[in-house]
Amino acid sequence: MDITPDSIVYWRSGLFKVNATLAFTWLVMAILVVGSWLVTRRLRTDTSLSRGQNLLEIVVEGIQGQIRDITQQDPGRYLPFIGTLFLFIAVSNVLTLVPGFRPPTGSLSTTSALALCVFVAVPIYGIAAQGVRGYLKTYIRPSVFMLPMNILGELTRTIALAIRLFGNIMSGSMIAAILLAIAPLFFPILMNALGLLIGLIQAYIFSILALVFIASATRVHEEGRQAQARNAQEEKVDE
Amino acid sequence: MSSVELIGMISIIMAGATVGLGAPITAIGEGWAVSRSMAALAQQPDAAPVITRAMFIGVAMIESSAIYCFVVSMILIFANPFWNHFANLAGTQ
Repeated sequence: MDITPDSIVYWRSGLFKVNATLAFTWLVMAILVVGSWLVTRRLRTDTSLSRGQNLLEIVVEGIQGQIRDITQQDPGRYLPFIGTLFLFIAVSNVLTLVPGFRPPTGSLSTTSALALCVFVAVPIYGIAAQGVRGYLKTYIRPSVFMLPMNILGELTRTIALAIRLFGNIMSGSMIAAILLAIAPLFFPILMNALGLLIGLIQAYIFSILALVFIASATRVHEEGRQAQARNAQEEKVDE
Repeated sequence: MSSVELIGMISIIMAGATVGLGAPITAIGEGWAVSRSMAALAQQPDAAPVITRAMFIGVAMIESSAIYCFVVSMILIFANPFWNHFANLAGTQ
């Protein structure tokens, strides 16, 4: 029994090798790209929508709504990054049901790569929203003594993101495999159903946490603007 | 008792102890969080989406400490570095 799909190597040439993680990552990417291409080939605006367009609209609208609820900002800026994270993790977790599929999110390499994407995206969004000086100032907030804590927090939350996703998905497949050895008749199905739920929740949690981190880097700026807008509104009401 | 046996025995005992201590303590914390958010839900059913989302995020954050324990114990059982070191030594000799 192996702990990650990294150890299954399909093809190797010198330093470069294609293991199960890579192959199934490509498979998930292909499913996402080809699926959305097939659906968005014929988009319609009248009342008779195709099933695929309905599905994609629900997914995109749902993600947009969640982003709007959490950040209180226009979701367009965050939708590509957060939506990609959510769709990739959700699809690769749900496909665990297919026999023979090893979820790429059950490998620490994939989850570390995703967490590193978040780690890089936070300063990019932060600088885009409030400039280099404004972003760097968030590190010495509330006081300059918090600087080491802020940097440490930045690093540990990235590691936590990676290990949380890896641990959850790996534990799902591991428990199913252990139960298969102990009680192979009925219980693995139950654990698979639970694993499906956990996989979707983890996809949600991962993207929401990424969004919360990004929003916290962009917020200071927006909060001032919002407070101004709120004051203006209240003044209007008073008048 | 040879050192290999000692490493195997301590690894197995600690793998059990890691989950056995880490999981229940986390479960207590998670139970507190869920019971509090259920009370909040009962008081303010209108705020259900906000409370549910905050609960999910909080519970996932708490849960990650139990997951760390699980990962450590899985590493101790299936990918134990010390055990592998001695297995490699035995293989080369």
